[in-house]
Amino acid sequence: MGNTVMGMRTPLFDTHVAAGARTVDFGGWDMPVNYGSQIEEHHAVRRDAGMFDVSHMCVVDLRGDRVRDYLRRLLANDVARLTQPGKALYSCMLRDHGGVIDDLIVYYMNDHWYRMVVNAGTRDKDLDWLRQVAAGYGVAVEPRTDLAMIAVQGPHARAKVAGIIEPTIAKRALEIEPFFGIDTGKLFIARTGYTGEDGFEIMLPAEQAVALWQGLRVVGVAPCGLGARDTLRLEAGMNLYGNDMDETTSPLESGLGWTIAWEPQDRDFIGRGALAAQKAAGDTRKLVGLLVEDRAVLRSHQKVLVAAVGEGEVTSGTFSPTLQRSIGFARVPARTGDRCEVEIRGKLVAARVVRPPFVRNGKVAIAV
Amino acid sequence: MSNIPADLRFQKSHEWARLEADGTITIGISDHAQQALGDLVFVEAPEPGRHVNAGEACAVVESVKAASDVYSPVSGEVVAGNADLGGQPELINTDPYGAGWIMRVRPDDKAQFASMLDATAYAAALAAETH
Repeated sequence: MGNTVMGMRTPLFDTHVAAGARTVDFGGWDMPVNYGSQIEEHHAVRRDAGMFDVSHMCVVDLRGDRVRDYLRRLLANDVARLTQPGKALYSCMLRDHGGVIDDLIVYYMNDHWYRMVVNAGTRDKDLDWLRQVAAGYGVAVEPRTDLAMIAVQGPHARAKVAGIIEPTIAKRALEIEPFFGIDTGKLFIARTGYTGEDGFEIMLPAEQAVALWQGLRVVGVAPCGLGARDTLRLEAGMNLYGNDMDETTSPLESGLGWTIAWEPQDRDFIGRGALAAQKAAGDTRKLVGLLVEDRAVLRSHQKVLVAAVGEGEVTSGTFSPTLQRSIGFARVPARTGDRCEVEIRGKLVAARVVRPPFVRNGKVAIAV
Repeated sequence: MSNIPADLRFQKSHEWARLEADGTITIGISDHAQQALGDLVFVEAPEPGRHVNAGEACAVVESVKAASDVYSPVSGEVVAGNADLGGQPELINTDPYGAGWIMRVRPDDKAQFASMLDATAYAAALAAETH
């Protein structure tokens, strides 16, 4: 399990190793997968507070007089929905043929500045695409490699963060509404995340990351790795780029139809024509949630069989620490009903088709 | 760093084995293996009475991350599977060489046990795998 090629490292890498983290390659970065039991890390987030080093993700500032027009062309969701400063929007960025280049979050800071966060593994192609489209709009694309990012998640996450930062900033932080971010000068604090729990994602100068991490550690925030991040996001019904969608699938086939802003009809976003044609043709595959009752675990690429309808494939699967059963997502034919079978290690295992999320705010969100 | 008890024998595929006083062999997975797998969630141990061959996949350990076969280091009859693992698979994580044992086999030929890696050879095999 040793790496022959050293990956990129975040400013917190040495801190993770000193804390006993097992690390793995993730999109070219050496990242912690767990610090001990990933199930305990998972429960810490559902019940108290946990933190993730997400400094590998790419923060990009987009600036220019026409930046709004640019993003309305670039993204399948519509930034015109963002009218209050700090408000965030989740969107896909598409190729002309409707395939997903990446999923991302964009914050409206002011009429000349939006801040975007894209995935680590897609960073280079994202930046190429952002710049290619930006040329027509005079928009400056500025990756913020000077910033680190820490996600603090869980029912007690916000209070714990507020307890260790400057009181004037803490007061403002506690007033942030869900899916908003504020720029306090030193810290950019957003009430967003990838776990289905309340919490913050905090961007800060890279050289200050260790101090914030250690400060959170002192107030009992559990360090959590990519292992727990995956089980938490799956329970929360959130897609993972590269698993659940990529350039060969459209948002319509990826459970992300809700992120496409069809209105106004004259907004000509990239990929619109292809999505409209796919929608008109109908019978599009769909991404569904699966719950397995047997003692077997769903994994990516397992074959799904839907009686009298056809076949599909598991895109993400794991064991849910909250449900104590296996859950996953699968891309299946449109006419799939509420049952299917999955081929797991040579056996056909019955699965229920359910509507994610499986868990939200610490509570089971499906009928078990 | 993983724990490699000196009184056990090992396979490159990360099973350990211990020769008991009654001539049976207890089999489990090494500390290195449990660390690599992470939190165990299901264990499928073989039924007593089943005859297994050396090198045969006869148990499955599944973690949050991945499923992995457990290969018997010896041919023989399974005399017991660890029933406690049904409700507490995490015993493999917390005590891989004790309460986390997986199965006990009465070997057809004890020489197969004797030919397994000793602790030093297993440590060397691990070092070769990780560097």
